[in-house]
Amino acid sequence: MQRLTPAAVPPATGLRSRVGGLWSHRWLRFALRRTGRLLTSLWVLVTAAFLMIHLVPGDPVRAALGPTAPAELVLARKQELGLLDPLWRQYADFLVHLLQGNLGISISTRLPVGEMIAQRLPATAELAVAAFLVSMVVAVPVGVVMAVITRRGKGRRTELAFTGTNVVLGAIPDFLLGVGLVYLLAVQSDLFPVAGRAGFDSYVLPVLALAIGPSAVLSRIVRVEMLAVMEADYIRTARAKRLTPSRVHLVHALPNAVTATLTLGGLLLSSLVAGTVLVENVFAWPGLGGAIVSSIVAKDYPLVQGTVLVYGIGVLLINTLVDVALALLDPRSTIGDG
Amino acid sequence: MRAARVLLRPVGFAGFGLLAIVLLVAVFAPVLWEGRAAATDTGNLLAGPSAEHWIGTDNLGRDLLFRVLVATRLSIALALAATAIGMVLGVVLGAAPMLAGRRVGRFVTSSVNVLVAFPGLLLVLFFAVVFGVGARGAALAVGLAGAPAFARLCHTLLAGVSERDYIAAARIAGVSRLRVLLRHALPNIAEPLIVNATMAAGGVLLTFSGLSFLGLGVQAPSYDWGKLMQDGLNGIYVHPLAALGPGIAVILAGLAFNLTGEAFAAAFGIDVVPGMARVRAVRKAAGEDPERTVAAPDPVAGSILSVDDLRVTIPGARRPIQAVRGVTFAIRDGEAVGVVGESGSGKSVTALAVARLLERPTRVEANHLVFAGEDLMAAGDPRSLRERLGTSMVVVFQDPMTSFNPAHRVGPQLAEVGRFHQGLGRKAAFARAVDRLRAVRLREPERRARQYPFEFSGGMRQRAMIGMGLMGTPRLIIADEPTTALDVTVQRQVLGLLAEVRRDTGAALLLISHDVSVVTEVCDRVLVMYAGLIVEELPARDLRTLARHPYTRALVAAVPDMETDLTRPLAVIPGSPVDPSDVPAGCAFASRCPLADDHCRAAEPPLQADAAGNRVACHKAGRPLPAETAEVTA
Repeated sequence: MQRLTPAAVPPATGLRSRVGGLWSHRWLRFALRRTGRLLTSLWVLVTAAFLMIHLVPGDPVRAALGPTAPAELVLARKQELGLLDPLWRQYADFLVHLLQGNLGISISTRLPVGEMIAQRLPATAELAVAAFLVSMVVAVPVGVVMAVITRRGKGRRTELAFTGTNVVLGAIPDFLLGVGLVYLLAVQSDLFPVAGRAGFDSYVLPVLALAIGPSAVLSRIVRVEMLAVMEADYIRTARAKRLTPSRVHLVHALPNAVTATLTLGGLLLSSLVAGTVLVENVFAWPGLGGAIVSSIVAKDYPLVQGTVLVYGIGVLLINTLVDVALALLDPRSTIGDG
Repeated sequence: MRAARVLLRPVGFAGFGLLAIVLLVAVFAPVLWEGRAAATDTGNLLAGPSAEHWIGTDNLGRDLLFRVLVATRLSIALALAATAIGMVLGVVLGAAPMLAGRRVGRFVTSSVNVLVAFPGLLLVLFFAVVFGVGARGAALAVGLAGAPAFARLCHTLLAGVSERDYIAAARIAGVSRLRVLLRHALPNIAEPLIVNATMAAGGVLLTFSGLSFLGLGVQAPSYDWGKLMQDGLNGIYVHPLAALGPGIAVILAGLAFNLTGEAFAAAFGIDVVPGMARVRAVRKAAGEDPERTVAAPDPVAGSILSVDDLRVTIPGARRPIQAVRGVTFAIRDGEAVGVVGESGSGKSVTALAVARLLERPTRVEANHLVFAGEDLMAAGDPRSLRERLGTSMVVVFQDPMTSFNPAHRVGPQLAEVGRFHQGLGRKAAFARAVDRLRAVRLREPERRARQYPFEFSGGMRQRAMIGMGLMGTPRLIIADEPTTALDVTVQRQVLGLLAEVRRDTGAALLLISHDVSVVTEVCDRVLVMYAGLIVEELPARDLRTLARHPYTRALVAAVPDMETDLTRPLAVIPGSPVDPSDVPAGCAFASRCPLADDHCRAAEPPLQADAAGNRVACHKAGRPLPAETAEVTA
């Protein structure tokens, strides 16, 4: 038998500094890459919002004010919006104003756009966050339980019922779910208010309408991820330690299944933000969704611009947050080209 | 052929049926019922369902059912148009890197990546501003908003195809880029592209109805489903069907596209193995053994592990696989027993079955499987059994890189044994884990215990794995190819460590290995497995000289040693191992055996013990081999 020689083990101090250097290097690179991507996306978003009014065919101000508006008024509005300046000047002004937090004046209400958005943003954010939390809280346990029940060809009927329900629920768009929920729980049984935002009751239906679809999709992902993880070697190790099945599932399998769930959860959250637009219209919710639709119809370009920016920035921030959370949960993911 | 296969599945049948109905309605409804949908009935304004108007009327007294049916054409046409716009633009953008050279391509790809990050609805709203409110604007908006996702898909698919030989050949032959794309690349990605477009059409339909519902899409007096829903929502108190009717139409049509797409995707992919049939087949096969009910003989006295007639059945795609076909052996206290054999011989499955780590639907049967005086086949108290196995039976797996949980630090993974089987607190268990890591000669165990597995090298992990076994007081170590994944120097260290652990604890060892030299070096006794059976059992020191089974002798001959003549080609065992799902009658090794005759091919040789207790299953045991093989063995 060979004796263990000290030389066979790498000197520990050297290893530590090497690991430390690697660590900071990796995180620095991750931070740089991720910030770069965020800034590029932000620039694209801001530029697109600026160009929007210029991409509109014809005369946008004439279109907004209607064919009967006097020519002087159209000219005055154009002056006010800065549309008479050369394009580069307009772009520079737009960027400077944006940095100052000045989003312009709404054409239809003559109120500062920033103020209007600040008033309506909380209602929308509440809805999106509540729906996200509900779908996570529902999807993770359901997915885990389904994975355990239907593993390796067990419980075929349960599996069929689960996937069937999921496909159907996932296929119904949120605003139709909203209409259905209003019909069932507000019109038929009078349990919750039909519309508006007043008190806890009024949150139930819109949050449900937003959360049901994502819960279905997410729980399917959790199940598939759990099933894959439960075949891993380290789960066999955990079973060889003769731990209880619940500890094997919850402590050893679940954390490894969460990374993929979180990636998808982030995508869902950003599409939830967009989904609020439709659901808010079903429930007459006083959020940004109503504002963006009415401003598009009224051709209130400064308001549209501001709202699109706010939605877009929200989505970009969510994407970035998810990437950072992933990097913290799974340090190896900072190495890859995410 | 493929279409028939799609239609035969319930999903495909439902999808195609629905889609056919939806398309027929789209084509014929306006022709048949345009008039009735527009006819006003002033006596029945906003009426509920009646015999005359099945789902009621709107505020002008027009029949809603006919309006929903007539609206099918506009809804479907707009959805298809928007999908087509998105797809064409997506293919152009996705193919840009291939057509326009690297720099433009990279720019297009990164722009697409930025755009894909935004949810589709947001892009739709953006383009709706640009193109204005109305059906044409909305179609353009939805189409453009869908383009980035298509571009990403097309780019990925093309990247997969462009590496293929026929594309390279076409390029070298001087075919223009556009021609390569149109004639060679696109036809090869058409299938997945069309499947995705079908599913996307379902999504576009939903988006479009959402847009019309918001009042940004189709404008009065035209109407699609979304517009009908918008009109209906205001009256949902009095007249819910006015909003629900078109809603149901949208969902059905959306499902039609999605199901068809999914059915095609499934048909183009790999055939799904019917899991139900598999499980049933296993149960049946297991029930077919009437002679297995004989009383179990007593376990071998003085043994830590005694296995009698162990059989393992794994469900296969066509028929169950008998991975282990009746294996009997015992391990005495403190003894080291090696199991050798080629891959697929059933040696690893035997180890996992003994450790009770095989799960349903794999079936494990044995007359008895006694470990430390307790029959593991008899269902005892699961908790106390878990505790005893957790502290006295140690399993070391083949691949240390994947056997630790990447989500947890190493120390707590060791400490679990102490916490859950030895009643230690979190701190005490962690302290013991550190102590055990020190015992397996890991440098700086305190720091190492706080690290994640990916910060360990392979050898360190395997040592930590052995340390995990030392948390309790092991009486049997089951090591399944513990050194296969390691390089040679680390192999030595791990084997040395195992020997040391056995010296200190007196634990027995069941070592699974394909490496004959490792087994001869470490073990007292060797079991040779072939095709799920033990074919020979003998003392390890006699393996090179006294082996009687032609397979054992060939296995030994295949390992070069100091005396091997390196000027000659190394010996190999001719033929390939038996397919475990299709074991022939007679001796399983007969087809590869130089000594085999008709008797060998007809009758399975029994495993017989000689006076010294060595066992062999061969009709020709000990006969001299033909010259060319014998020379190497000599």
